[in-house]
Amino acid sequence: MHHLGNFSLMAIVVLAAYAVIASLLGARRGLPGLTKSGERALLACTAFSTAACFSLVALLLKSDFRFEYVASYSNRDLPFFYKLASLWAGNNGSLLFWAWLLLLFSGIAILTNRNKNRELMPYVVATLGAIALFFTYLNYWVCNPFVELGVTTAGGVQSWAPVDGRGLNPLLQHPLMAIHPPILYTGYVAFVVPFAFCIAALVTGRLGAEWITSTRRWTLVSWFFLGTGLILGGRWAYVELGWGGYWAWDPVENAALLPWLTGTAYLHSVMIQERKGMLKIWNVSLVAITYLLCIFGTFLTRSGVVSSVHAFAESDFAQTFLFFIIAAAGLCAALILYRLPELKSENELDSMVSRESGFLYNNLLFLVASFAVLWGTLYPVLSEVLHGEKATVGPAWFNKVNIPIGLALLALTGIGPLLAWRKSSLESLKRNFTGPLVLGIVAAVALFALGIRHLYALMTFALSAFVLATIVQEFHKGARARQKHRGGSYTAALVDLTLVNTRRYGGYIVHFGMVLIFIGIAGTAFDTDMKADLSPGEALSIRDYKVELLGVESGKTPNYEWLSASLEISKNGKVVGVYAPQKHYYFASGQPTSEVRRHATFTEDLYLVFASVTDDDKATIQVFVKPLVRWVWLGAIVMFLGTCVTLVPGKRELKAVRKTKSEQRAAAERKKRYEVA
Amino acid sequence: MKTKNLKFVAGSAAILLAVLALAISGTEETKAYYQTVPEVKAMGAKAEGRRVRVAGNVVVGSIERQEEGVVTFDIEYEGDTLPVRYVGRAPLPDTLVDRAQAVAEGTMRPEGTFEATLVQAKCASKYEAAYEEGSTVVE
Repeated sequence: MHHLGNFSLMAIVVLAAYAVIASLLGARRGLPGLTKSGERALLACTAFSTAACFSLVALLLKSDFRFEYVASYSNRDLPFFYKLASLWAGNNGSLLFWAWLLLLFSGIAILTNRNKNRELMPYVVATLGAIALFFTYLNYWVCNPFVELGVTTAGGVQSWAPVDGRGLNPLLQHPLMAIHPPILYTGYVAFVVPFAFCIAALVTGRLGAEWITSTRRWTLVSWFFLGTGLILGGRWAYVELGWGGYWAWDPVENAALLPWLTGTAYLHSVMIQERKGMLKIWNVSLVAITYLLCIFGTFLTRSGVVSSVHAFAESDFAQTFLFFIIAAAGLCAALILYRLPELKSENELDSMVSRESGFLYNNLLFLVASFAVLWGTLYPVLSEVLHGEKATVGPAWFNKVNIPIGLALLALTGIGPLLAWRKSSLESLKRNFTGPLVLGIVAAVALFALGIRHLYALMTFALSAFVLATIVQEFHKGARARQKHRGGSYTAALVDLTLVNTRRYGGYIVHFGMVLIFIGIAGTAFDTDMKADLSPGEALSIRDYKVELLGVESGKTPNYEWLSASLEISKNGKVVGVYAPQKHYYFASGQPTSEVRRHATFTEDLYLVFASVTDDDKATIQVFVKPLVRWVWLGAIVMFLGTCVTLVPGKRELKAVRKTKSEQRAAAERKKRYEVA
Repeated sequence: MKTKNLKFVAGSAAILLAVLALAISGTEETKAYYQTVPEVKAMGAKAEGRRVRVAGNVVVGSIERQEEGVVTFDIEYEGDTLPVRYVGRAPLPDTLVDRAQAVAEGTMRPEGTFEATLVQAKCASKYEAAYEEGSTVVE
């Protein structure tokens, strides 16, 4: 099996190199046959990459512990699904998986563009091929997953296999964690296609909107998967790790957040280029920065450059990765500088009170936030270089800097869509903003009157009310207008409105979800917790709740031993349920985990942790009250649905596509007639 | 430069300055220095009030639970041992076991104990345990 794996990797090296050379040569010399062969070579790489992954998966499923990777991340009793998931549990396997995703997406990009973008495609293929070469170099020479354990005896090196493997880290034996890497990797890797198109556009000088419109869905899908990966990671941390939170500004978390932030800026910024031919330099820069952050993100996670609780073992490939990032960054910078004349804006900024200006500030704020997160994440490295002493800044620093930026972005979410292109008149400002502004102020005053004094929370709630009002207003105005012209029910008008322009109204739904997330996050300002050692019959009180220990049970499964604490929860004197948080002790790794239980409502979560057993057999129970946290998950679901809506081709878009296609057909007919004649 | 562009630049500068101010004051408030066990022990008087992150391996059998949720354990690094007294609110991470690579954040007490408000320990995937016995495989 490993022979198939290694052979496939070598095949990819040869074929990818050919793809790069053939594409570049074919493009320069005008030989479509050569460029086509380059495309086919890259498609062949996709097949070989599948074979390589298949080999490793086969070894994992067979529990072939001769191989170091299999012995490190799997064990005999591991359930089938988690044996499969071990493919991405460790550094070498996950890099192989990454390369597979890269070639899979390259293949899809080639196939979906076989009748489009013919001038760009050779350079797209060359870029994708070069990146595939880099990852395959890592897969084969630096981090080969098919390395055998082997022992050196008198007779030379012999195959050796332990009786059982070390098993998958029990923290990863959770469905959310098992699918979290593939989802995150899809987000990271899919962005390579917009990046490759950007490089192609810069090289060929075709810097209109075509490279952007061709990759719009790729960008959305990548952004969507990155965001989903982030939320799943947060959800897993919340329900599994037992510290009561979902985000810790850990370097690995930040590594995924960074490209998501710049990616969000890019998603918005392209609208300006499509409409007004402005912000071209911003857009090529944002694409390049986002892709480089994707690569940097995985480098950060693997190299141990910044110590993190999740970090993979340090690998000696840090230098190779860093070299790749610097070379890629250098190439992008050079190309952008070379094309600066063609990237000039076609229009000018007319007014501060315009949608263009709103988007500019949007870009700026997201970029500043990204830079802040990057700075904070790399501070240990930077402080050592700058001050000679290695230091770190904690979550408090990230919150201090990012919360105000977040609030500014929240405000912009409401203001931006209501600003007119070029310049908003005073009447339009009054018409659009009066209602939502009043609502925001009313919300602030009402909450203040109810006793809420936390400044940032108050601001979040007030701004949320403002933004939600603007979104509802937009839907209402649009539906009303449709009803007036076409009649029919209000609901039908709403649905039709959305389907005609899925991009705009799907976007509003995504914004709606984002606001819910902000509200959920603001809830953390009111968190509280309490810890107590309880014997059966004893209870602890927190806010309106009483938590009474009924008893502790124990048991065993093939994978672990467990202890469970039955807790009866009463709210305001009335019993609301019995919950039993547990502790699992895994045999293979000897590591315990906490299984948290929650009494979750839309108002707040009561979060129950069975921390440990004291020497005198009392159960240490920790309880958190977490207001509004469910709104974070709800908001994420709304964002998910909104993104799906934006991905659906709107009726307006379909009409435009049909028009372009019929024009293309007519032009092709005319061409044929001339040729025949 | 056109007035509108100038206005935008001014607005951006204001934003950047505000963020910079937050960043700088935030750094002073939350900064913790990475030090090794020997460095922390040698700091002496300079250690007063300095927030430090110190890493080491948990000494086998040293983890002891005290009253009020306080936990004491020793970490060792290159032969040097440092007694740690954890006074944080959260329960210790599950990953804090014998031989685990731990990072403790806190301040050095004059009596020579390190008082930690935060303790992290590396995930088990980093824990280099020996394999159970195995056998050579004859092809």
